[in-house]
Amino acid sequence: MTPPSPGPVDPTDQAAVEAAADAALAAVAAAADLEQLRDARLAHAGDRSPLALANRAIADLPRSDRASAGRAVGSARARISAALAEREAVLQAERDAAVLATERIDVTLPTDRYPAGGRHPISVVMERIGDIFTAMGWEIAEGPELEAEWLNFDALNFPPDHPAREMQDTLYVGNADGTPGSGLVLRTHTSPVQIRSMLGRTPPIYVICPGRVYRDDDLDATHTPVFHKVEGLAVDRHLSMAHLKGTLDHFARAMFGPQSTTRLRPSFFPFTEPSAEMDVFFPDRKGGAGWVEWGGCGMVDPNVLAACGLDPDEYSGFAFGMGIERTLQFRNSIPDMRDMVEGDVRFTAAFSSEV
Amino acid sequence: MKASLEWIRRYVTLPETATVTDIVDAYTRIGLEVEAVHTVPPTDGPLLTGRVLTVEELTGFKKPIRFVTVDLGAGNGPDGSDEPRGIICGATNFVVGDVVVVAPPGTVLPGGFAIAARQTYGHVSDGMICSARELGIGSDHEGILVLDRDTETGADARDLLGADDTVIEFAITPDRGYALSIRGLARELAAAFDAPYTDPAAGRVRPAEPGPSVEIADPARCSRFVAVAVTGVDPAAPSPWPVRRRLLAAGIRAISLAVDVTNYLMLEYGQPLHAFDARRLSGGIVVRRANAGEKLRTLDGVDRVLSDDDVVVADASGAVSLAGVMGGESTEISGATTDVVIEAASWDPPSISRTVRRHRLPSEASRRFERAVDPAVAAVAAEAAAAMLIAGGGGTLGGRTDAGGVTEPAPVVLALSDPERLTGRPFGPGVAATRLAQVGCRVQARTGESGRAELVVTPPSWRPDLTRPADLVEEIARLEGYDTIAAVLPAAPAGTGLTGRQRRVRRVAADLASAGLTEVLSFPFMGERDLDALGIPGGDVRRQAARLVNPLDGDRPLMQTTLLPGLLNTALRNQSRGARDLALFEVGQVVQPRDNAPRPPELGVQHRPADADLTALLSAVPPQPRHVAAVLTGRWEHAGWWGPGRAADTTDIIELARRIGRACGAELSVRQAELPPWHPGRCAQLRLGDWPIGYAGELHPAVTERLGLPARSLALELNLDAFDEPAPPVPPAVSAFPPVHLDVALVVDDGVPASDVTDALAEGGGPTLEAVRLFDVYTGEQAGPGRKSLAFALLVRAGDRTLTAAEALAVRDAAVARAAERTGAVLRG
Repeated sequence: MTPPSPGPVDPTDQAAVEAAADAALAAVAAAADLEQLRDARLAHAGDRSPLALANRAIADLPRSDRASAGRAVGSARARISAALAEREAVLQAERDAAVLATERIDVTLPTDRYPAGGRHPISVVMERIGDIFTAMGWEIAEGPELEAEWLNFDALNFPPDHPAREMQDTLYVGNADGTPGSGLVLRTHTSPVQIRSMLGRTPPIYVICPGRVYRDDDLDATHTPVFHKVEGLAVDRHLSMAHLKGTLDHFARAMFGPQSTTRLRPSFFPFTEPSAEMDVFFPDRKGGAGWVEWGGCGMVDPNVLAACGLDPDEYSGFAFGMGIERTLQFRNSIPDMRDMVEGDVRFTAAFSSEV
Repeated sequence: MKASLEWIRRYVTLPETATVTDIVDAYTRIGLEVEAVHTVPPTDGPLLTGRVLTVEELTGFKKPIRFVTVDLGAGNGPDGSDEPRGIICGATNFVVGDVVVVAPPGTVLPGGFAIAARQTYGHVSDGMICSARELGIGSDHEGILVLDRDTETGADARDLLGADDTVIEFAITPDRGYALSIRGLARELAAAFDAPYTDPAAGRVRPAEPGPSVEIADPARCSRFVAVAVTGVDPAAPSPWPVRRRLLAAGIRAISLAVDVTNYLMLEYGQPLHAFDARRLSGGIVVRRANAGEKLRTLDGVDRVLSDDDVVVADASGAVSLAGVMGGESTEISGATTDVVIEAASWDPPSISRTVRRHRLPSEASRRFERAVDPAVAAVAAEAAAAMLIAGGGGTLGGRTDAGGVTEPAPVVLALSDPERLTGRPFGPGVAATRLAQVGCRVQARTGESGRAELVVTPPSWRPDLTRPADLVEEIARLEGYDTIAAVLPAAPAGTGLTGRQRRVRRVAADLASAGLTEVLSFPFMGERDLDALGIPGGDVRRQAARLVNPLDGDRPLMQTTLLPGLLNTALRNQSRGARDLALFEVGQVVQPRDNAPRPPELGVQHRPADADLTALLSAVPPQPRHVAAVLTGRWEHAGWWGPGRAADTTDIIELARRIGRACGAELSVRQAELPPWHPGRCAQLRLGDWPIGYAGELHPAVTERLGLPARSLALELNLDAFDEPAPPVPPAVSAFPPVHLDVALVVDDGVPASDVTDALAEGGGPTLEAVRLFDVYTGEQAGPGRKSLAFALLVRAGDRTLTAAEALAVRDAAVARAAERTGAVLRG
């Protein structure tokens, strides 16, 4: 509907101004929908509307008339503008109620058009541990999984032929013709990365070494021959077992909550002296809060420091290590470790990107 | 090691109040791990000792059955009488006069086994004669339990059976060989409780006098060899019951007096002993290396071919024992042995370890010799064995030969500040000396150079593991308790966070996960057959793989050179469990052995290797770059109420590869390529600059068919380590002037890669050609046979002004001209 084009208005004619305003307000009130309101706005408040033209004509009036004309026209336009805004709000609400209602869809319909991916929980735990230690100023060190036997055993104070080597159930790498004695193994721990760190830099050294390791072991509900470890190494002046304990306690709290702590039991590892097994107090343990075996640790053996060219009288260090699969298993109550290695997407989906 | 607590406590005076739990906790606290605690399950009702009066063999049954009368003493007969009880018994290992254990009717044995008088085999069986297993004191069930003849009859058998004893099962760490003995376990317990300890090996032995002839031909492998002769022993004499009971508790079956005695003393002193039948030895004993190829039949009946690295005990006939590991059959103690030579020797631990591994023959003896056996206890143990033989079986003590000797361990100087330096806790005065004395060290205090307070510590002969101050600190700290060490968080120097490579791996993995792919961690092994299935030809570099000597899976002895075998195998496992549409990825190391790579050098550990040796060592380890691989099968867009979905196709996998590039801060370019296992026409090579870093595309139909994957499955693999640290990006100057949009259609030969045309247009258009986007490909009549029409949207814009139409067209024409020149493109009319 095109509104009738009203005639020009003399800005000094109060009655004409009022009449134009009344016509405008009537048109606004009469607008039945947003489209009619747009037309009314164009006709009565647009650039070519009578009052807009009257407003422009004020500039041509004698100076004495301008003020009163300006007040009259301005007041009329302000009332129209307010009426437009008010009417628009009413009509929009009506449109929302009526029109958008017909566009309603069932938002509970499935939306999974594309696959939902996720990180493997082992990777997520390792990254989280990396974050805990980098927050303390440590660095993350990495190394090859197929490793020189010297770095995996000899430099770590495993004497040749000592039964301690057998504790490790090693997978040996053959020569090019498949015969044994290549001097290479699949690393049985990430400790060779510690050795590489000590050979490659000078103390202070604070590194965390996450990674995949290998043991000649059967796959069952609580063991896997291919698994992940995280090991830590600190070498500095004046480091003692108290610092080891402090680091482990902090790590335990970060992983298992503020109530967690650790305790040490004397044990044996070739690469540490004194050595300890470490238990963690896990408040959310399945079956009730309690101690869980978490890993091994100790003060870096003087022979290890010497093999890396560090003077045991000048430097001391501590090291610790734990299995990631085992940590995840008791932390998240996973009954069968095989679920962690088989790559079934249903298992990983339960974790998404957080553990 | 399983040990009777009653036996251990014989040498420790513990507080009366110490319970089994206290003892187990004490052991754990000082570092001897307790794996299990076994107690004798309770028997309800009387268990009596009884003497066998008569034995009647019943015939006509499938197995031997005896009707036995047993005297159980006054008031223990039928109905409270003094009469013997008649009992049916299926065992035959006893004779008239033996003392046995009887459970009379009414007694309930472990496991709820209630004994009642019953009619069987034509007699009333009025009770049961028990075996060790039925009584819950051992696993022996080959016959009934026969006690010593001088045992009082009619007595409660519980005390004799050790019903109140506890057996502790220890997991002894390899450094504590001395703890594989009652002697060592008692010493540890005494130290844990600060309780008095009596060394069972203390006391003098008689002076050596001429005994069996012994020559140590290899003193490096055998530091001491003690031989004691005993003659005239009764071969039928059984071991006394208390000896057999302690063996049972340790899980060792009684065999004969001579064998039981050697086992018993091995448990008590930790010194393995071997008994030879002296009459079957010919000539003197020689301890020597075996000759390569020399044969020896060991006690387990196996013929062993020896290496010249094995050590043997030999006589004139040749090897008679695999030293420290297992005796030989030819001189084995038999039921007729009356004359015995007892060996107590000290062997070189690494040599024993190698022999055990070579012959896959671990034994109780070798387990101890591999760790540590106190060389000083050899003579004591051999003499004790002779004395027990004579006490149990009569006979005459012969001479004792003692070849070789004991080397006193070197003293260790411990700065008194070391315990606190390494543990972070102060120790009171005298604590270090006291604790070290408890483990058997001789300790002397002195003031060293520059006034340092020191202890000169001489470790005992059974502690060859104590060689450095740190070893002594562990002894002090563990006996004081690790729980007395405070927790102090050390301050590491300020770090720089993750390395670029670490950030890259994290970004790629996070990005692929948010793109909808699931991360898997597959075993990184493969076999030739996996490569065959992928159609990877002979001579391909991916066939040059590291091979394991002892693979977990004989079919997969190789380390992956590509992540695809493991990843596709994981896809197949998911598929076999019902998953249809899969999007998987994996980040992992691959092993790329080099041709003629040198062996790592043999390096010592006394000091840091020389730089050249270190370089040689590190370069002997093959490169192991970190790869990322992904596989898509089935639909990328799922089917649903919105429609049938869409199968993943080559564009999806190539775009994922480019997405990985962007996560690494690089724009990868794409080239047409042909490489198995990909479809020869649908394989993209991804390049970083001019450098190929991986491939993406559809798998070859033959590959998917061989593997059993859905047709048109897709895969990619990129080398993440090929990405350099990206230079900090410099963004373009963003123009605020209006763009001009122009479309062109160019006709080229089918074989011309679209990217060549795009690149030529971009180059020809110069900097004012802001973007070139291919939006349509047409083949058909209008393009002409063997030709295709490519439609491009060009966006032309200058940085400093609004372009005129003529200027924009000139840019277009320049772009088209370059495309024509490079690719033969013709502007379509």
